[in-house]
Amino acid sequence: MNSLKVTLRIGLLRGSLELKQFLRQRESVVFTLLFPVILLFIFGSVFQDTIAPGVTFSQYFVAGMIASGLVNTGFQQLAITIPMERDSGTLKRLRGTPMSVSSYFIGKALLVTILMILQTALLLFFGSVMFDLNLPTEASLWWNFTWLVILGSACSTVLGIAFSVVPKSGRGASAVVSPIVIILQFFSGVFFVFTSLPIWMQQFAAIFPLKWLTQGMRSVFLPEDFATQEVAGSWEIGKSALVLILWLIVGLVISIKTFKWSRE
Amino acid sequence: MNTAAAIEVRGLVKKYANKTAVAGIDLTVEQGEIFALLGPNGAGKTTTVEILEGYRSANSGDIKVLGFNPATKGSAGQKWRNRIGIVLQSASDAADLSVIETVSHFANYYENPKDIDQVINDVGLTEKIDSKVHQLSGGQRRRLDVALGIIGSPELLFLDEPTTGFDPEARRSFWELIRTLKSEGTTILLTTHYLDEAQELADRVGVINNGKLIEIAPPSTLGGRNTAPAKVTWVENGISKEILTNNPTEEVLKLNQHFNGQIPELQVLRPNLEEIYLRMIGEVK
Repeated sequence: MNSLKVTLRIGLLRGSLELKQFLRQRESVVFTLLFPVILLFIFGSVFQDTIAPGVTFSQYFVAGMIASGLVNTGFQQLAITIPMERDSGTLKRLRGTPMSVSSYFIGKALLVTILMILQTALLLFFGSVMFDLNLPTEASLWWNFTWLVILGSACSTVLGIAFSVVPKSGRGASAVVSPIVIILQFFSGVFFVFTSLPIWMQQFAAIFPLKWLTQGMRSVFLPEDFATQEVAGSWEIGKSALVLILWLIVGLVISIKTFKWSRE
Repeated sequence: MNTAAAIEVRGLVKKYANKTAVAGIDLTVEQGEIFALLGPNGAGKTTTVEILEGYRSANSGDIKVLGFNPATKGSAGQKWRNRIGIVLQSASDAADLSVIETVSHFANYYENPKDIDQVINDVGLTEKIDSKVHQLSGGQRRRLDVALGIIGSPELLFLDEPTTGFDPEARRSFWELIRTLKSEGTTILLTTHYLDEAQELADRVGVINNGKLIEIAPPSTLGGRNTAPAKVTWVENGISKEILTNNPTEEVLKLNQHFNGQIPELQVLRPNLEEIYLRMIGEVK
């Protein structure tokens, strides 16, 4: 009980330290937090066609971008910064102190949560002010939005930690991680309307959580009857939840089993 | 407080896929002692220390560090880490935090942390207390590493090549700090490339080569240094003279009679630690 308290307390302290460090690295703030907003401006301004009655591409894109934001702040950010921390000796030093692994993960999760809230707020704000994103009025949609964000960022966090063993070095990490994220975004219907993609691409994307997250976000932000335009003719919201939970479990198991404190 | 040894190792073996890094080491470090581990790169020094620090696990051997097996996982292992301090060889982390932020954050990890300002003062970083870590010089950076190693009031401190890159003055003040820690009862396991450092600080020195501890002795007697032939040198008629002898006292007495008093520029030289060490590890025959 006491040790649980200590773990939580140190986890909180690590979270605030992580946030402080994050905000002091200007390039990471721009890359992680503002890049999706910049993309929103570019795509939202270029593609203003109507893709269905009452639905513009920019609305479609904002929904996808909010889902992508969770991938950026969680998966991408962690899979790049953890290898860097491994190279710099941060992790090795922490390993030599009484701080527990759980505290380290709590700190990371807190950082991701705060960044995710900031990013989602930014995207919602600019999306609704500049690109006619309709904020839902029904409580049930906000409820869906909330669990999608929580489940999506949890999934994104554990997969980021799990993937952090893949890059061979901190310096090469973003070259390994960023293309994966960008390709997934293309395949998952963030930059294009999902149903306009080749079938094989759709099927490939359906293995990964981002496709389900973007679809879920569309169910929140696009008119209800747009559901008929989706692959299955419905939002498949239950299926989204199921896929995200499965990936969360897979990510959790892999990160616990494979997490490495030092490079060798 | 018990009086058991701080570190007790019997038959430590560590094998990697294609080589044996540590081939059976026995080592005892007493409480309150400064023990220096010397050895060329690749001799098994770092592997041994990292096993003692709990970073790696041994293939076989009986290992007790503060009475505890460092390979123990889970909360018992974390608890044990309250009692040790580790100063790693190279770390470049936390660059965007200030000295005080870093040290006070690490103080939170320990049950019994030292006074933060005192520790920063002890390592000589008081003037840099609000500087960002990336603004520190190499030597200052190293002193911060030491501050993080001692903030938890460790009973046992591991120092891995602590003064690499220090200027002579910084090294002297660092040695003072280590002596202070020793006087407070801290046991210290030091690895270093600097023989003068081992000579200055260590109560005992262990030389490790090809995965084996080839000798453990106080710096003054390592490798039979105290009984090795001594070199007596002096100057006669403007010419340097020297003689190698097993009995330097006798030679000096003879010279004393020869000169009828003062012997010009007399020196009696035992082989220094570096010569002895290089001979031991086979660099110099």
